[in-house]
Amino acid sequence: MANQKQDSIMSIQNLTKVFKSGLFKPEVTVAVKDVSFEMRPGTILSLVGESGSGKTTIGKLILKLLQPTGGKILYKGKDITAIKDKEGLKEYYRRVQAIFQDPFSSFNPLYRVDRVFDMVFKSFLNEDNKEEKIYKALESVNLNPERILNKFPHQLSGGQLQRLLIARALLLDVDILVADELISMLDASTRIGVLNLLVELCKKNGMSVLFITHDLNLGYYVSDYTLIMYKGRLVERGSTRKVYENPIHPYTKMLFNSVPDIGKMWDRSKEFLPEQVVHDVRKFYKENQGRGFEEVEEEHGVLFSDTY
Amino acid sequence: MAAREFWKRHENLYFALTNKKVLIGISIFTLMILLAIFGPALTPYSYDEFAGEGYLPPSKDHLFGTTLMGKDVFTRTVYGLRSTFAVGFIAGTIATLIGCIIGFLAGYYGKWIDEALMMITNIFLVFPLLALLIILAAYLPYRGIMTISIIVGMTAWPWTARAVRSQTLSIKNQGYVNLSRISGISVFRILREDIAANMFSYVFMVYILQFSGTILAAVGLEFLGLGPTQGVSLGLVMQNAVNWNAIQLGLWWWAILPGLVLTILVVSLYFINTGLDEVFNPRLREM
Repeated sequence: MANQKQDSIMSIQNLTKVFKSGLFKPEVTVAVKDVSFEMRPGTILSLVGESGSGKTTIGKLILKLLQPTGGKILYKGKDITAIKDKEGLKEYYRRVQAIFQDPFSSFNPLYRVDRVFDMVFKSFLNEDNKEEKIYKALESVNLNPERILNKFPHQLSGGQLQRLLIARALLLDVDILVADELISMLDASTRIGVLNLLVELCKKNGMSVLFITHDLNLGYYVSDYTLIMYKGRLVERGSTRKVYENPIHPYTKMLFNSVPDIGKMWDRSKEFLPEQVVHDVRKFYKENQGRGFEEVEEEHGVLFSDTY
Repeated sequence: MAAREFWKRHENLYFALTNKKVLIGISIFTLMILLAIFGPALTPYSYDEFAGEGYLPPSKDHLFGTTLMGKDVFTRTVYGLRSTFAVGFIAGTIATLIGCIIGFLAGYYGKWIDEALMMITNIFLVFPLLALLIILAAYLPYRGIMTISIIVGMTAWPWTARAVRSQTLSIKNQGYVNLSRISGISVFRILREDIAANMFSYVFMVYILQFSGTILAAVGLEFLGLGPTQGVSLGLVMQNAVNWNAIQLGLWWWAILPGLVLTILVVSLYFINTGLDEVFNPRLREM
């Protein structure tokens, strides 16, 4: 792999996840197929794709919420699928954390919001200066601890809950943060604050963020590297600037063309039918038969054909 | 202000206490419990004693009349009600517990554990339970209320297990379960605090249904003559009535009145259940 560097902290290699349902005549769904990429400290990697493209599945695989069907996930050189014991898992979650898509469902409605901190302290941290540490973490995400702690989730807004979760991840000083559709549930005015906070923390603490999103603009705004997913396949990968300036895969091109611009009214001709996209992608793969995932320039790779 | 805060925190309790069905159900149910507790004190007779002349219709001395041999039907009914409550409580608890544990484990772990547990559950579901109960009961020479309760409880859990499993499956995918998992929380705590706690209302309703279901199942057994060998129960009273051709001989009170008590009890549980359904499910609330 050309863009492999020494300092990658997590390496995803040929990751595949197949869902099977039913014992005797299983229905097979290939959610993720043959995906490889690297995560480096202090960088934000955005994973862009339509719904159902497998991006959330990748996040769950990294978090060990699902078991991969094939491929490897190496964290600091060690395969995490081998971690089975409780202590090993704890050790792993001490360094790899996530913020989930929906802040409202991320909190158990029956408990006060402090529970998320209590769990983290009980499992990972010693309880000295617990209060002080929580206050500090909350203040760094611009929340007033006095007004947040001891409340029930339904008494807080989505933005507050989401920032609470970021504060929770901060307490742990993690290496890798999986941010799944981090701000899709927030309103426009809180979005930018949360995003800036994330970038700032990433650069300051040297953590590596996997930013899962379906919004290209967001991806461009925050990320250093971009991965484009289409139907479970990683179709384009590279530094954000190169991918956005020179998209090669037909699906990526379509994505860029379909972003509505501020200051332009709607345009009927700018519609992309799914069948058209499927057709284009198939044609592209056929023209490039025999080629697989290739680097077209430094830090820019494209899937030329899915039958290699 | 304090009262308002309290009702806001306990919204479900408020809706439960203002729901007509729940209120009617709870009133009747409480009345039945009181009857079972204090009934024996209200009657001067004991349930096996020949209390008076036989063939007496309901009167002041014998509220539910007497049997052919002169036993007091009211006394037998209230003593029977006691054991019926005991069966409902013990068997209902056993069935709900087993169902919940199997449902939680199958739903949470999935994969082969789910397949295996659901296979066992399905076998129990399609198994001719009555035949099993008859064989089991016939093998036990001495049968008390406890034995009957355990037999009924051990066979009543499968549908609870299935229902709890499907609920667990849907809660398992909530964000907070995933968050607990990546917080290094033990599976037992996740099951208890994240899954079971959020299903409390559901499990409570399942328990009520199991309570009435196991009562009816036990009465059915007793009616077939497989009831407790000692003591008295509602099913036993009715079985005796049928054995002695009570209806044909005109002693309608002997069979009908205990049956009526049982019916009212089960109906009150049904009222509580449908009422609570409205309480816990906001879409069903009458506004």
